Amino acid sequence: MAELSKRERMAMSRTQMPTRDPAGRAATFDEVNLGFNTGLAVLEASRCLNCKRATCVEGCPVGVRIDAFVAHVAAGDISAAAAVVRDDNALPGVCGRVCPQEAQCEGACVLGNRGRPIAIGHLERFVADWALDHDEAPEATPPTGKRVAVVGSGPAGLACAGDLARAGHEVTVFEALHEIGGVLVYGIPQFRLPKDIVAAEVERLGSLGVSFETDVLVGPAVSLEELRDEEGYDAVFVGTGAGLPRFPGIPGEDLIGVYSANEFLTRVNLMKAFDPGAETPVYDLAGRPVVVLGGGNTAMDAARTALRLGGDPVTVLYRRTDAEMPARAEEVAHAREEGVDFRFLVSPIEFRGDDGWLGSVVVQAMELGEPDEWGRARPMPIDGMTEDVACDVAIVAIGNQPNPILAKATPGLETTARGTVVVDPETGATSIPGVFAGGDIASGGATVILALAAGRAAAAAIDAWLGADPS
Amino acid sequence: MEHGFPIRDLTPIADGVVRCVVEAPRVARHALPGQFVIVRVDVGGERIPLTVSDLDEPSGTITLVVQAIGASTQRLAAKRPGETLADVLGPLGAATEIEPYGRVVVVAGGVGAAIALPVARALAGAGNEVVGVVGARTRDALVLIDEMGSVCDQLLVCTDDGSAGRHGLVTDALSDLLDEGGVDHVFTVGPIPMMSAVAELTRSAAIPTVASLNPIMVDGTGMCGGCRVRVGEETKFACVDGPDFDAHLVDFELLATRNRAYRVFEQCRMAELADG
Repeated sequence: MAELSKRERMAMSRTQMPTRDPAGRAATFDEVNLGFNTGLAVLEASRCLNCKRATCVEGCPVGVRIDAFVAHVAAGDISAAAAVVRDDNALPGVCGRVCPQEAQCEGACVLGNRGRPIAIGHLERFVADWALDHDEAPEATPPTGKRVAVVGSGPAGLACAGDLARAGHEVTVFEALHEIGGVLVYGIPQFRLPKDIVAAEVERLGSLGVSFETDVLVGPAVSLEELRDEEGYDAVFVGTGAGLPRFPGIPGEDLIGVYSANEFLTRVNLMKAFDPGAETPVYDLAGRPVVVLGGGNTAMDAARTALRLGGDPVTVLYRRTDAEMPARAEEVAHAREEGVDFRFLVSPIEFRGDDGWLGSVVVQAMELGEPDEWGRARPMPIDGMTEDVACDVAIVAIGNQPNPILAKATPGLETTARGTVVVDPETGATSIPGVFAGGDIASGGATVILALAAGRAAAAAIDAWLGADPS
Repeated sequence: MEHGFPIRDLTPIADGVVRCVVEAPRVARHALPGQFVIVRVDVGGERIPLTVSDLDEPSGTITLVVQAIGASTQRLAAKRPGETLADVLGPLGAATEIEPYGRVVVVAGGVGAAIALPVARALAGAGNEVVGVVGARTRDALVLIDEMGSVCDQLLVCTDDGSAGRHGLVTDALSDLLDEGGVDHVFTVGPIPMMSAVAELTRSAAIPTVASLNPIMVDGTGMCGGCRVRVGEETKFACVDGPDFDAHLVDFELLATRNRAYRVFEQCRMAELADG
């Protein structure tokens, strides 16, 4: 493509991601976004203004050299772009799909002023998928002779494991479930993050020398002390995530039909309940009214999954307005296109049912009041305004707490009142020497990319710690 | 990736009940009485909670006692030594609290005896006088009677049809024991109506009673909340907060209702299995 002037580049519109037709896709679990082809990717990358100060890189929690990889794409050198992306991000195919780009890289793009930021997420996804299709064996690093145990195979653990392996350490990832990937496999649905993408990225880590052991609940099945003293691990990274679902604490929440989003999504994603031959059931949603409580990505995932299982109607109930919803903009847009209904400024106060089965949820009408300590408008109940919303299934997606199992089984591992593991924010070091932690277990419920960033920061700190360790 | 937990032994021990000895060294090393494992019989199968009835650390094996009542448990029962279970995760849940209570009655129904056995053994080891009350529908459904007899100071066997031991329910035997007096603590495990009836008997006698609950589970690590039970005014997750709870505070009716949530689905699966 001939060199475009800055004016020409600024005049171009943002390349649209090809998607499956909303009507058809709402009945399948196939990925909604179809991905750029090389032509679309080069076209989109050619809009980049090559800013001297790359604000996009500053907006990325892991500092991916976006300016560099986008320039390579614009020049048609996808291989060079892949090398940059791979170097800076252990799970680019995942991040390109699930990062909240509008709040990070794309939010910082100067073209965002005109509402047309470079589609960095879509480009990262394109480059990552291209790299998986054109994979070359990674270069072997001379082994250091040091061994590291990574507890939990979610984004924090995988990112940490990848960096440590590249530094030449022998890494084993321990996972309690029967599949590797943590929230990437039990939580995020197939139509947003295909499981073969996760599997391919995991396989890539395997080719770097990372070992995986499933069905191990570190703590009860093997203590951190045993990992160190008996199994010969020199350091441990704890990335056990925020896996304990919160319930609203209202009457009726134990009725059949009330699911945590974790349970609903685990049944469908990990246990494949959407497949008619699956052994793990999920309540029959066909033609039944479903409500989803919450406004985050998990709520969108649950609502869109319920829709695919035939829920009709599927309604998201959120206690603030759409402006305050924490979900990724693209997920909200996709949910709307597919037919998910939204009701704002309502808060559930009671589940009702017959013979133990859910029949409706009573919601309280809310209005926005003064900002809370995080600056978000606090929803306040409007006296006397309640409504009974019919539903056979209610999916609770109001957040998770840290999983307490490992901390309970590990004397000396300092935790906060909220149950998160206390860490040095720079290094992830915990109260136990040689034990590091990161991701949701340290931060509380956050995003894939922040977990990834924490995993990488801890990997660097572990590498330094192992280098300094005389043993 | 070759993966799996080798089955060392699999023997029928009662009508529709098998004892499965499986290699799971990490579980064998750490499991305590009252804890359980989550098993996937085959790749692609469901995750089911099963009690660790016994273990042998030197050989790295654990013993599961399994009633073949569902699609997965029937497939487990059809396995042979040398084959594998796809996944065994554990030990899960909190161990049963073992204290020197004094005179303890352990009331077990059906395959509940598989949980009662290690608990009774540990209670006896802690210096308690242990009275075992074990019941089943009929003689052929009784399990682990000899083993229970060897760890309990006294063992009372009951069958609904009178084909073995006392003709009647375990609660009849328990009621007599309570009338005699001197019972300091009760542990119960088995069908929900039985545990509920035990709780009612000991409630009026104000004897501390612990029930080991068996709700539906998926992950078994606190992640899904499917196993939540109502205990007093609180919602608890049986997989991490239990499975043992104060029987006088448990809402058994709710537990029974929640355990029926997938009954239609399960019946369909069983019908498919029967059709081959």
